[in-house]
Amino acid sequence: MTERIDLIPIFIMGKRYDVPPSLTIMKAMEWAGYTLIRGVGCRGGFCGACATVYRIKDDPKLYFGLACQTVVKPEMYLGQIPFFPAKRASYDITQVKPEAATLFKLYPELLRCLGCGACTKACPQELNVKGYMAAAMRGDIALVANLSFDCILCGLCAARCPAEEPQYNVAILSRRLYGRYMAPRSEHLRQRVDEIETGNYTAEITALKALDRNGLVERYKARDIEP
Amino acid sequence: MTYTPEMLELIKVVEATRPQRMHQKFPSMSLEERDKVLHGFHPDFLPEGFRKVRVGPGKGGEMPNELADLVEGRPLIGPDFDLSNPDFETDVLVIGGGGAGASAALLAQEGGAKVTLVTKLRFGDANTMMAQGGIQAADRPEDSPPIHYLDVIGGGHFDNLPELVEALVNDAPVVIQWLENLGVMFDKTPDGTMMEEHGGGTSRKRMHSSRDYSGAEIMRTLRDEVRNRPNVEVIEFCPAVELVLDESGKIAGAVLYNLETERYFFAKAKAVVLATGGGGRLHYQGFPTTNHYGATADGIVMAYRVGGEPLFLDTMQYHPTGAAYPEQILGQLVTEKVRGLGAQPVNLKGEQFVYPLEPRDVEAAAFIRECKERNLGIPTPTGQPAVWLDSPLIEMIQGPGTVEKALPAMVRQFKRFNIDIAKLPMLVYPTLHYQNGGIRIDADCRTKIPGLFIGGEVSGGVHGRNRLMGNSLLDVCVFGRRAGKTAADYIGQGVTLSKPTLQHLVIWNKELDEAGINGAVQSPILLPNYTRKG
Ligand SMILES: Cc1cc2nc3c(=O)[nH]c(=O)nc-3n(C[C@H](O)[C@H](O)[C@H](O)COP(=O)(O)OP(=O)(O)OC[C@H]3O[C@@H](n4cnc5c(N)ncnc54)[C@H](O)[C@@H]3O)c2cc1C
Ligand code: SF4
Ligand code: SF4
Ligand code: FES
Repeated sequence: MTERIDLIPIFIMGKRYDVPPSLTIMKAMEWAGYTLIRGVGCRGGFCGACATVYRIKDDPKLYFGLACQTVVKPEMYLGQIPFFPAKRASYDITQVKPEAATLFKLYPELLRCLGCGACTKACPQELNVKGYMAAAMRGDIALVANLSFDCILCGLCAARCPAEEPQYNVAILSRRLYGRYMAPRSEHLRQRVDEIETGNYTAEITALKALDRNGLVERYKARDIEP
Repeated sequence: MTYTPEMLELIKVVEATRPQRMHQKFPSMSLEERDKVLHGFHPDFLPEGFRKVRVGPGKGGEMPNELADLVEGRPLIGPDFDLSNPDFETDVLVIGGGGAGASAALLAQEGGAKVTLVTKLRFGDANTMMAQGGIQAADRPEDSPPIHYLDVIGGGHFDNLPELVEALVNDAPVVIQWLENLGVMFDKTPDGTMMEEHGGGTSRKRMHSSRDYSGAEIMRTLRDEVRNRPNVEVIEFCPAVELVLDESGKIAGAVLYNLETERYFFAKAKAVVLATGGGGRLHYQGFPTTNHYGATADGIVMAYRVGGEPLFLDTMQYHPTGAAYPEQILGQLVTEKVRGLGAQPVNLKGEQFVYPLEPRDVEAAAFIRECKERNLGIPTPTGQPAVWLDSPLIEMIQGPGTVEKALPAMVRQFKRFNIDIAKLPMLVYPTLHYQNGGIRIDADCRTKIPGLFIGGEVSGGVHGRNRLMGNSLLDVCVFGRRAGKTAADYIGQGVTLSKPTLQHLVIWNKELDEAGINGAVQSPILLPNYTRKG
């Protein structure tokens, strides 16, 4: 068993496994023999499926990370939080208004936020969660949208919150309100949609569709390229 | 962790040539040179990587070995599987919880159908979530759907199905507006003008983005909207393993598998939308991949067995710049934007060896040639070959602070391993990225099988033999929506099912027997096998 010499001990849900020190938590679990179903999605830091809480031996501090992006450390005690049952309010995006009252009505618990910052400490995306929650309490939807933009809805903030806030659901509601109602409208887009609906391009596209391969190659080569 | 001492030594070579390289323009290849490097080194041209499929509707056609093995696989359930007691009945069964599946669910619901969306992992654990770059649509005055049409079809080597390209480019601005109305935050100037950029192969700037989280922004918004809709149920961790037909050959639902309770069950449906995405996790020719964990080509396997026609499945897209080090992020995407901003590919001797912005397939082939033929790759501890991507050039050219501002997701990715990409070059190598082809559809997402509609990466035809960046997020919205609408219309006309059966598996098994295919492969595989044994 010479290969074991370089291995380090980690504890997956309390059970010891010896794994190569270069692995991510996710790959270490697979190396240890787990077949992952929960707690794995994109494997690239974008989906939030692999929220993980860990502690290092003799260190009382809790650490948070994404299993697919965090390298194992010796004596790491790991627990995964693949699902968190945070509250989510349903709404009709065409009927709600982009104002503070909408946030308070759908999430009355917002006003209970203590400003303790436990959420910010837990966020693996290093977002200012407490900050966007404070903005939500002030009804500053644009700021919530902006501060929370990189949120991957992993659920760690909600898991840590003493006030039982569903931060990431408040955040996505705010971003959608911002995107639909508050962001400046795009006139050129509206105009183009009208033109298409009027059929302005039908003839030209029909002609392209009728071209044979050579004809298409000619047209393709003759394209002018915008610098 | 950062680079090993050996690597840090090698970086000195790169640093030594950097000042002189900074203003050096490496010439782009002629069409003949491109052809040569592609045929010599692109994985699509490696004959050993492919073989002919021996059974089914695509018999005689080539596919990567790994895919052909699964396509020729034995079903996970037998033809005698009991269908007499469906676990549930629905109008439209959407299979797959990515962008195409979510779009289909929304439009089917709007068409008055009762919808059930089933997915393998969590809703949104999908390739759609990972797209960084953006989504194309010809909505600026200097651009137009016909210009977009030419770009798409030229990019696809003129093999694309014209009616699909027409649908793609015409629906594109409509889709952007739809997404905006659902609350997607696109990057805009203060007056509302979309900020649009070029992508490989575009003749106009038409890449819309949401910072470098474009796919995530679209996916999480669509998912949130699906959850808001009455009459749409979402069932996670229950992948489909087999499609079910009725006695007349119409779709009648699917057999699903609960990954957690390990139980198979029948979901009866009047129509099915198949939106299971791609197959990067099959690791063709041993390549690492950018794809999510569930990308195992299940949809191809299932559709093929009921008669779906494969198209262009002999061509896969390899992204030239996958991370080759550190090992923890092997294969993950290093966005094209890094080269767009001025980073150069550099070999062991610190030399540029290829124009940085050749088309993806050409660039990837040139990287492979540098390592395999010329032996000028950079060794890494895992044996993974690599070339340098000299990112510190970016700030020399564009000014300090550019990297942090323009590439936040990239910086975050490498910072986690103590590599500051503004100061040190990255190690990259081609990575398996996208399934260019799939199962043939028409412009309304119909297939040969009544009641089976397909959209997204699992479909084939719209991108021909090569997809351009930004046309895939577009594809999943355009054809996801169309599939959902067509499914609702199909049901609206009245669908009466006769007895559901798995008779097609009897025929399938017989065909396998007759072809002498008695291997142990069972498919779909649902998940890649990364568990270490022993
Ligand atoms: C890293 C990366 C970056 C990209 N960047 C861009 C970009 O900038 N622009 C662009 O246009 N495109 C980009 N693409 C491509 C694009 O994101 C995808 O092609 C597209 O999102 C695919 O969407 P989809 O809905 O067809 O499949 P997916 O989004 O992959 O969704 C498929 C879903 O089906 C589920 N599924 C699979 N099998 C089964 C089964 N048997 N039963 C039930 N469910 C199943 C999966 O789990 C998944 O949820 C990128 C892709 C990747 C991987
Ligand atoms: S953890 Fe909860 S209570 Fe504390 S700041 Fe965050 S949202 Fe507020
Ligand atoms: S804000 Fe909350 S849900 Fe979003 S990434 Fe941070 S911890 Fe995860
Ligand atoms: S698996 Fe998606 S963030 Fe880790």
